[in-house]
Amino acid sequence: MPDVLIAITVLWGFIFIYSVMATMDFGAGFWSMVYINKERTNATNIANRYLSPTWEVTNVFIVAIVVALFSFFPGATFTLGTVLLIPGSIILLLLAVRSGFLVFSHIAEEYRKPLTYISGITGFIIPGLLILVLPVTHGNYIEVRNGVEQLLFGELMTSFHAWTFIGFAISSTLFLSSLLLADFSNHADEKEAYRIYRRDALLLGPVTLLMALLVMLTMRYEAVWLYQGMMEHLPFLLASAFAFLLAGVFLYLPLGKRKLGWPRLAVIVIVLQYLLASYAYGRAHLPYLVYPTITIEDGFTNPDAFRALFVSYIFGFAILFPGFIYFWKLFMKDKRYAKQQKSGYSE
Amino acid sequence: MDHLETARAMFGTTMAFHIIFATLGVGIPLMVLFSELLYQKTKDRDFAVMANRWTKGFAVLLGVAIPSGTIAGVQLSLLWPGFMEVIGEVMALPFQIEIYAFFVEALFMSIYVYAADRISPWMRIVSLCLVALGAVASAILITNVHAFEGTPAGFRIENGEIVDVDPWAAFFNPSFFTTAGHVVVSAYTTGGFVIASIAAFKMLRQPIGSRLRRFHQKALLLGLTVGGIFSLLTAFNGHESAQLLHEYQPEKLAAAEGLFETQDYAPLAIGGFTDRETEEVKWAIEIPWALSFLSGNRFDTVVQGLNDFPEEWWPPLYVHTLFNAMVGIGSLLILIAAGGLGWYKFIKKRPFPKPLMGLFIASGPLAVLAIEFGWIFACTGRQPWVIYRMMTTEDAVTGSTQLGILFPLFGLVYTVLGIAVILVLRFYFKKHPVQNEIDMQE
Repeated sequence: MPDVLIAITVLWGFIFIYSVMATMDFGAGFWSMVYINKERTNATNIANRYLSPTWEVTNVFIVAIVVALFSFFPGATFTLGTVLLIPGSIILLLLAVRSGFLVFSHIAEEYRKPLTYISGITGFIIPGLLILVLPVTHGNYIEVRNGVEQLLFGELMTSFHAWTFIGFAISSTLFLSSLLLADFSNHADEKEAYRIYRRDALLLGPVTLLMALLVMLTMRYEAVWLYQGMMEHLPFLLASAFAFLLAGVFLYLPLGKRKLGWPRLAVIVIVLQYLLASYAYGRAHLPYLVYPTITIEDGFTNPDAFRALFVSYIFGFAILFPGFIYFWKLFMKDKRYAKQQKSGYSE
Repeated sequence: MDHLETARAMFGTTMAFHIIFATLGVGIPLMVLFSELLYQKTKDRDFAVMANRWTKGFAVLLGVAIPSGTIAGVQLSLLWPGFMEVIGEVMALPFQIEIYAFFVEALFMSIYVYAADRISPWMRIVSLCLVALGAVASAILITNVHAFEGTPAGFRIENGEIVDVDPWAAFFNPSFFTTAGHVVVSAYTTGGFVIASIAAFKMLRQPIGSRLRRFHQKALLLGLTVGGIFSLLTAFNGHESAQLLHEYQPEKLAAAEGLFETQDYAPLAIGGFTDRETEEVKWAIEIPWALSFLSGNRFDTVVQGLNDFPEEWWPPLYVHTLFNAMVGIGSLLILIAAGGLGWYKFIKKRPFPKPLMGLFIASGPLAVLAIEFGWIFACTGRQPWVIYRMMTTEDAVTGSTQLGILFPLFGLVYTVLGIAVILVLRFYFKKHPVQNEIDMQE
């Protein structure tokens, strides 16, 4: 594999990991808001218990993506940095408020309600904004004025194509997170919470699929090059749709101990589904980082820098891996944690 | 404000806000670690209580440090795309390695905070060490990018193209160790004095000889000791930093000292304001020969003055005041620590006199101020360059023109977060008074 493909794969991999982790993170914030008054069910507690330890780690991935982007593709930094100033800044502001108040709500329990609303509302606005980066790279909303690329923010926000992406991001966020929380509450033997999240996932799954279809439909008119590219990878899209149906089966059929499905399997199959779909999208997007001006080859760094970076990635993640495993064991696998009555912070 | 000034003001505001939390994020974990270790050594439970309470405070601060750091990291690309294009090509390694440090810090911070009751005491100390290590490594690596801006290495620009890139030569640029060292020891200084400040403030509210006053006095002494040692190290390191300026960025040193004419036996001007018209520092105390000696360890060292450089290369002249304020506060902190520890050692029977307590209380905010002055000096003192003699700040700035709307928004969010963090800290510590924890331990 040529260097430049390795680089774009690492970058796209980070973006994928972040989108999965972040949708769960943002969605958990949203659900903890929705079920805040249902004290009987523990649904909010489950969401909080998942959210508390993970958001810091998830947040690191944003920085990892930005760093991977400008270090592997310095030539794309100028254009992307310039056109993403407004949406990027809004995302940063919302993220800062959200993360800050997320931490505060765990310390100041009396104020938990208002603080939960902030993290819940930003929980579905931020993913909607984050995904706008994708339609921006499709190139229709960038114009060169006085030799400088400018984002046509108004046109972006009034384009149906962009809104299908926003819809897709929000429904994905709520779908993926409800599915994961269903699995998490099943693991913690919280029957009531499991029932609620399973119902939400079953409702939101079809909505998400519909949104994905709308994205494809509008893409056909607004980004023909990308649509054609994706159609060349149709088998991946079909496999993805199949994985989606399979997850529905795992979740819906009376299987498993409690005859309420296999949520763990459903989560795995759904992650696979997103992986297949984003592979098709990513392949079709190549060789463009920003259509039609910047290809991955134009933006690529020099070979020496690439080698140094690549070695450092391998080293770094080899060292970090045990840390991730330990983290996973403590918070995802340990039933003592999942089952606690209150979140662990204030004892 | 023109476009460039708005962009600089905007990024400057982000950094000025972030640096408070970043500095404490490096300084406080070391204090927690010392108190955990002291507890293991002395078996005095007060130190365990301190470690516990400081960690709570630290976790709240981290709630702002992480998002504001994320903003700073991403805003670099958004506001200075020209700069980040060069950095991406030449100086990506520190950013990249910083990601791992950031991961280590985030992973083990979550473990230390949310799993404290399920891991062994031994594992808690390991987690804490990793948090402290991650924090300090992040600081060192990001400071390295700042060092590179002042003393760039590892590439050349030929006809606008970046050539001969050597990423490791850029990484180990000439001022890396000294500059990173300065940031680390000054952060530890600040951590120590901020703790001392709070402890002194709390002591004043307790009757002399009471149990709580003794508790806070232990924290005060620990803070003063750590702060004192590291403020001394900061001063030694600062001397080296000045010599680096003399060698690599002479016009920055000249502006810091308000020196216009190149000369040997150059005097050191303390205080005062640089006056462009008369080319002198007004109202300053001059120590003859001292600047030459400080720059090169010899009185006949020739120190270059601003007139040797074209005026468009001059940094703004007010950096002299910033530089003096930083050095002045640093020296005062050394004296405060020495005074406090000396008093305790030799006049042990008597409680600290009120004025000294006042100085202790002031020491934390002063240390934070010195950090601010130091950063503003370091960054405005490099102007008009973003990468010294390679790229001007003007060439690096974004072409997007909508900064005017964004700047107030960022200002607003920092204000909200700043106020919220203070309210939350007050709220938490009011609700969990130290008395309760001491009672629980006894």
